[in-house]
Amino acid sequence: MTLLICVFAAIIATIKWYQRKDDSMMPGVPCVLFWGASLMWLGDAIFEYAELGAEYFTPAAEDMLNDAFLGLSVVALGLILWLVILLIKDPKGVVKASLRKKAASK
Amino acid sequence: MACFLVSAAEAVVVTAAAQIMKNSEMKADSQKLAKKAAVETKQEKHLPWSKKLMILAQLLWGGAFLLCFEHIWHGEVVPWFPFLTAMNDPGDTAEMLHEMSTIGVTMAIIVTVTWAIMMFVADRIMERPDAKPQKAAA
Repeated sequence: MTLLICVFAAIIATIKWYQRKDDSMMPGVPCVLFWGASLMWLGDAIFEYAELGAEYFTPAAEDMLNDAFLGLSVVALGLILWLVILLIKDPKGVVKASLRKKAASK
Repeated sequence: MACFLVSAAEAVVVTAAAQIMKNSEMKADSQKLAKKAAVETKQEKHLPWSKKLMILAQLLWGGAFLLCFEHIWHGEVVPWFPFLTAMNDPGDTAEMLHEMSTIGVTMAIIVTVTWAIMMFVADRIMERPDAKPQKAAA
């Protein structure tokens, strides 16, 4: 479930990256974050499938819920990281302009 | 247990390699400019190696970061020494090392192979002739 949620996040991020008008929102950051994690969880899933067989696809409801909760938390954390990188790099200069405006008004 | 550490270690090496490559590419470019040679070379039809390596490093860092969070979630990584709960018991440590050498290495290989395929395709795309501008509707 975590892998599935992360893959969906990666696909949406990639679509957004493809549709971008410019790089000012740094759409490549969530792409690499979510694809990197998805590929790594794929490796984990391969080993789990080799161990459990078909049982891998029929998880207990409680496990699925916990994994879904983890997946959503991972997506939230990835998006927070993207926002932090975006605000620090500030490609549009919005943060800088806002800070200068505040400094000038004092 | 700590499988993401393999990818994190690879990310450190790849990031360092990308930086070295970037410096040598900048040096080569400045030498070309100094000689007033034509800047358009074969390299411009391909992504520079420093950028290619940086994409791999970003994939590895991103994956390792989010997997680290998963390990914190499962209580396998803690914010105090020795940071990995498996380090407290020799049996768990052996299991952790086994997991790193199997699952961890597989994760790193999957990311690296996927990146290699991506870069191969990217080079082929860059070699394509530019698309003709579409005619305006009459």
